[in-house]
Amino acid sequence: MLSQESLNQIALEVAKYPAEQKQSAVMAALRIAQSEKGWLSRELVEYVAGVLDMPAIAAYEVATFYNMYDTGSVGRHKITVCTNLPCALMGANEIAEHLKTRLGIGFGETTEDGRFTLKEGECMGACGDAPMCLHNNHVMHVKLTPATIDALLESLE
Amino acid sequence: MTLALPSVKVCSWTQDFDAPASLATYVAHGGYQALRRVITEKIPGDDIIAQLKLSALRGRGGAGFPTGLKWSFMPRAFPGDKYIVCNSDEGEPGTFKDRDILRYNPHQLIEGMAIAGYVLGAKVGYNYIHGEIFEIYQIFERALNEAREAGYLGDNLFGTDFSFQLHAHHGYGAYICGEETALLESIEGKKGQPRFKPPFPASFGLYGKPTTINNTETLASVPWIVQHGGQAFLELGKPNNGGPKLFSVSGHVNKPGNYEVRLGTPFSELLEMAGGVRNGHRLKAVIPGGSSAPVLPAGIMMDCTMDFDSIAKAGSMLGSGAVIVMDETVCMVRALERLAYFYFEESCGQCTPCREGTGWMYRVIQRIEHGQGRPEDLDLLNSVAGKIGGHTICALGDAAAMPVQSFLKHFGDEFAYHVEHKRCMV
Amino acid sequence: MATLNIEIDGKPLQVESGDTIMDAANQAGIPIPHFCYHKKLSIAANCRMCLVQVEKAPKPLPACATPVTDGMKVYTRSDYAIQAQKSVMEFLLINHPLDCPICDQGGECTLQDLAVGYGGSSSRYQEIKRVVREKNLGPLIATDMTRCIHCSRCVRFGQEIAGVMELGMAGRGEHTEVMPFLETQVASELSGNVIDLCPVGALTSKPFRYSARTWELSRRPSISPHDSLGSNIEVHVKDNKVMRVLPRENEDVNECWLSDRDRFSYEGLNTAERLTWPMIKQNGQWIETDWQSALQFVADRLKTFAPEDIGALSTPYRTAEELFLLQKLMRGMGSGNVDHRLRHSDFSLDALATGSFWLGMPVTYMSRLNRMLVVGSNLRKDHPLMAHRIRESVRWYGELNLINAHEDEFLGKVNAKRIVPPSQLAAALAGVCIALAELKKQPVPPVAAAYRAHGGLVDDIARRMAASLAGGETRAVFLGNMAQHHPTSAQIHALAQEVAQLAGASFGVLGEAANSVGAMAVGAVPHHGPLRSAAIQGRNAAEMLAGSLKAYLLLAVEAELDTHDPVTALKSIEGAEFVVVMSPYKGKSLDYADVLLPIAPWTETSGTFINTEGRVQGFSAVVRPLGETRPAWKVLRVLGNLLGLAGFDHNDSKDVLRDALGDTPTGNVQAYLCNEISGVAAAPAAPGPGLERVAEVPIYQTDAVVRRSPSLQRTLDAALPVARMHSQLIARLGLTENGRVSVRQTGSALTLKVERDDHLPDNCIRVPCGHPLTAHLGPMFGPITAEPV
Ligand SMILES: Cc1cc2nc3c(=O)[nH]c(=O)nc-3n(C[C@H](O)[C@H](O)[C@H](O)COP(=O)(O)O)c2cc1C
Ligand code: SF4
Ligand code: FES
Repeated sequence: MLSQESLNQIALEVAKYPAEQKQSAVMAALRIAQSEKGWLSRELVEYVAGVLDMPAIAAYEVATFYNMYDTGSVGRHKITVCTNLPCALMGANEIAEHLKTRLGIGFGETTEDGRFTLKEGECMGACGDAPMCLHNNHVMHVKLTPATIDALLESLE
Repeated sequence: MTLALPSVKVCSWTQDFDAPASLATYVAHGGYQALRRVITEKIPGDDIIAQLKLSALRGRGGAGFPTGLKWSFMPRAFPGDKYIVCNSDEGEPGTFKDRDILRYNPHQLIEGMAIAGYVLGAKVGYNYIHGEIFEIYQIFERALNEAREAGYLGDNLFGTDFSFQLHAHHGYGAYICGEETALLESIEGKKGQPRFKPPFPASFGLYGKPTTINNTETLASVPWIVQHGGQAFLELGKPNNGGPKLFSVSGHVNKPGNYEVRLGTPFSELLEMAGGVRNGHRLKAVIPGGSSAPVLPAGIMMDCTMDFDSIAKAGSMLGSGAVIVMDETVCMVRALERLAYFYFEESCGQCTPCREGTGWMYRVIQRIEHGQGRPEDLDLLNSVAGKIGGHTICALGDAAAMPVQSFLKHFGDEFAYHVEHKRCMV
Repeated sequence: MATLNIEIDGKPLQVESGDTIMDAANQAGIPIPHFCYHKKLSIAANCRMCLVQVEKAPKPLPACATPVTDGMKVYTRSDYAIQAQKSVMEFLLINHPLDCPICDQGGECTLQDLAVGYGGSSSRYQEIKRVVREKNLGPLIATDMTRCIHCSRCVRFGQEIAGVMELGMAGRGEHTEVMPFLETQVASELSGNVIDLCPVGALTSKPFRYSARTWELSRRPSISPHDSLGSNIEVHVKDNKVMRVLPRENEDVNECWLSDRDRFSYEGLNTAERLTWPMIKQNGQWIETDWQSALQFVADRLKTFAPEDIGALSTPYRTAEELFLLQKLMRGMGSGNVDHRLRHSDFSLDALATGSFWLGMPVTYMSRLNRMLVVGSNLRKDHPLMAHRIRESVRWYGELNLINAHEDEFLGKVNAKRIVPPSQLAAALAGVCIALAELKKQPVPPVAAAYRAHGGLVDDIARRMAASLAGGETRAVFLGNMAQHHPTSAQIHALAQEVAQLAGASFGVLGEAANSVGAMAVGAVPHHGPLRSAAIQGRNAAEMLAGSLKAYLLLAVEAELDTHDPVTALKSIEGAEFVVVMSPYKGKSLDYADVLLPIAPWTETSGTFINTEGRVQGFSAVVRPLGETRPAWKVLRVLGNLLGLAGFDHNDSKDVLRDALGDTPTGNVQAYLCNEISGVAAAPAAPGPGLERVAEVPIYQTDAVVRRSPSLQRTLDAALPVARMHSQLIARLGLTENGRVSVRQTGSALTLKVERDDHLPDNCIRVPCGHPLTAHLGPMFGPITAEPV
């Protein structure tokens, strides 16, 4: 269900923990699986649980507990904007509004062409660089202005 | 301005170099000397703990607990597995200092953790890194590889019988994992739900083994203290508040960012370093220690010095050193609504008062903000907050209650205005 | 453990260090309100209902999680404590529906009870209440998840007791929801316990739903009639009908748990299949009659046969009184043809045994074993709560070793396992025996040595098991149902005994059924009378069912489902001249019986079951017999009188028990509990050239009542039998996974679905027995053929 490349990455993660503690790698494994497949379907969660010899429901608990996992389908580009207080003070809401108008969707929605999903995020530990957003969980864009947002959206197919 | 010289910059000194995160930069300026000395000279762990106590290093993660004391709780002679865990799950709104340590000075943390491993008898360590900073996690992974290749991590360090493995564990979006026992659960591959204490991690921690957990900045300060002694560190701060500290200044300032200054530095000086209040506005309020710390009005804040004791005396907490600055344009109801939403969103959901109470408080504040407040709501909010605080497994319950109580305490009239006029005062 | 002095509500107490405030309060009988705390589960401390005031503590502390310290002063009812408790209650109620009048938990709801004491009069919460989507957990458990208070007891139960995490709490914060991974159903054989654990009406009994309010029910103690644990139960009755069954707590037996079989079988009690009138078949027509005529008819007919041509068979699920009278009746007539071991096929131990086979230890010891070897057992399904105890041992670092013909998930850590075709169970055991003897530098027992040439099973696995069994302090070797039903059960028994002896382990036989030990004790066997007294000897079950008898007296036997070889059994019974069936149900006996006598299921009679540890557990009827049904002991007594036999003058079932087991039944029974045998000659056998059948009795086919419980029959465990085999075998036979296969033994061919099970030996086909679909296939063990259809 996952590429060899992903399985290799998971194996590296498993190796970080004591042999009888494979479950420790579940967060990383779910991240790797999500990066390959876009989002975590039930089958994918079950598969990952199988790789780590843990109950599927325990893996599902993890997948639904942490914000950055998507257990429903998302667009090719997930943009998460932190709107927490420090960011809000520094213009995050205006940036979020700009994104909403540009994409024609609200938080938690996906554009009809399946290109973008917009999400509201919580503190990303980078408040000094606000306003900021995350692209597909892993790439952070900081000190956003409407112009840099526009450029970012352009660059994402 | 290096590790080799006493400087006010204990954790942030590499930032002025071209390749700040590189092993070369670090080693060129005295990096890993402390570790080498400790291990090869077999300096007794007790001596190091004594230096830590002398240094008055207090935990940089929020609670300000004396680090030397915490280390002394560890059953160091316990024969089985033990762990040292670093808390880089920086998610307290307003805090972004640990990210910069990982980004610009990862080796100092690695060295600090290795020393901790030596002192505490842990052969394995984990650094739990906040989910949203994946690129930083990758930087840290690279630093770990560099350190392993150079022989600063791994088996038989410096030819001695001391071995230490260190791994990074990447979070994936849960503020609560900053709470130390939630963090341990998360490393174990579970939901990040805090454990009831006792037992404390020092006796029952990761995988049920004795574990010491410290914040990134705390651990990164250790090599410096080992190198220069506890007294030197203490002298960079003030009594009972040793050393300098990184302050993350955000909000309405001209130059948001991290500033490493002596504990005891007047707030006004820090504000000035951060460029002062933006656009020449007037300062209205400051949250001095991250969103969970009670808000303080400008007047009180301007009289404070930036250290644990002074801020506590003023009725708030130094916390993680996140200074959220708000100018006169801020609607305190709206600000609190956002914070209340945060705690509601981030409650792990296991204890009743926090799971149910955070939602309740948020909904009431949201109503007030949207002009549907009722006169009795302010008392209700205070009462609900009071029923959460002190009744929960972990301090998130208190963290959710304190903003509500402090906003109402200092800016109650703004809330009353909202209720009465169904709109904002500012 | 040091003793500490503390004070709760001013009451000085001495408690053990390590105890929590809750433990201490429980010992002192001081109630502290709680939801998440449960004495058998790990401490979660999440509901916060148990907050109490502790002197010098800066905040209220949860009694369930706070360890006592010397000199501690606790106040559970101070204003401070009550305020904290009331706060928690207010939070719990804000999102809880106020639907007590329609909630099945109404009247036995902890939340409802505590809300009366701690709730406010009206809610200060004016926002919209949370609504949670319903979950489908299958036929046994109904959900109303909006009522869930997130105490996590059900989740912890799965993880810690059932051994399988079927329910989890997905989501976070207020959005946390208890759910299964997939909405199929929970499959644990202990799942119903979450109904008891749930302190509110979120998880309730589906079969019981809306059928009664708790205050309408009378609660009557009884003993469960299924597995050999003899779970203590409380039967809830309304209008002379059993409405539900709950566990009755007994630490020494079932603790506070109940298996789903014990909990939901009652549904099979009042089905349309119940036989409610005595009936006689005349000219092929069934005619209802009265008891007098029916029993006279039976007596008259029986007198026409030579005693040795009559055979009496019972299932081991009947009471000791009934089994005793059955053998007394037979022996009174002059025949020793009586047996209850319907699924056994090797009776050679009858001549060698010196006592009744039993667990070899008290049930409670099973939770504290360091090293275990279990041979030929479907542990979880045959003994759900004993499996739980073994899991408990495993959780406390015990090592479990398994020798079996299949590898069903045990749900706990297994140290070593050996999966072999049934014919090789003895050889596998011999391998361990040899390895253990070598490890201990002891002579290899002759019975094992003879296997050396045959098996080559003294390999790493055998040595691993041997090493395991050599360690630890408390050890046990257990034989399961398959080992007892096995055609070479004497070999297996002898080898297991040697292993146990070498290891210094207890040796136990996991009782097959509710009254396996009782049936032996009261002499319902051909080779001895009650308490092993000398008595007329006769034929054993296999001999009786192999034909040549002219008349059968069947006590609750459903021949096609309850026997080792249903094909032969049915042929014999159908070929007999006279067949009397005493049963609560009509069933297939309508086809082959001449007389049907309606006898009471366990709820309608008093009686005694003796469990696998030799515990004598008596019980009374909880309802009146249905229609013309009579307790079987009364029927047999009258029959004895009509046959003119002496000693059938018991006034009540207690008289019968006294007659059977004397004035001190427990002591008398225990005096004859013994697993030790001697004199078994080694008889190693190589596997046959063809395929072997692996058969087990499915958990919900064990006895007549269970077979008729509609909800149990809708569970995954009751799914239609399939033919399971290794993928290599599937390929070799030219079959396809999930395709069809035609299998055949001695009976007619049967077409089944093929399911892959790569944990089976690759020359075996696993087809369950005891099921109507597979009844005409053949014996539980032996050759089987298969071809594509
Ligand atoms: C809700 C909550 C969130 C926390 N988040 C963090 C965090 O992001 N980083 C951190 O170092 N400590 C955090 N803490 C504090 C930790 O539990 C712990 O006290 C700290 O890591 C100890 O390290 P120190 O002694 O070096 O400060 C948090 C505590 C709570 C209750
Ligand atoms: S206080 Fe909140 S976050 Fe902390 S354990 Fe309880 S429910 Fe979870
Ligand atoms: S019973 Fe103690 S917190 Fe639930």
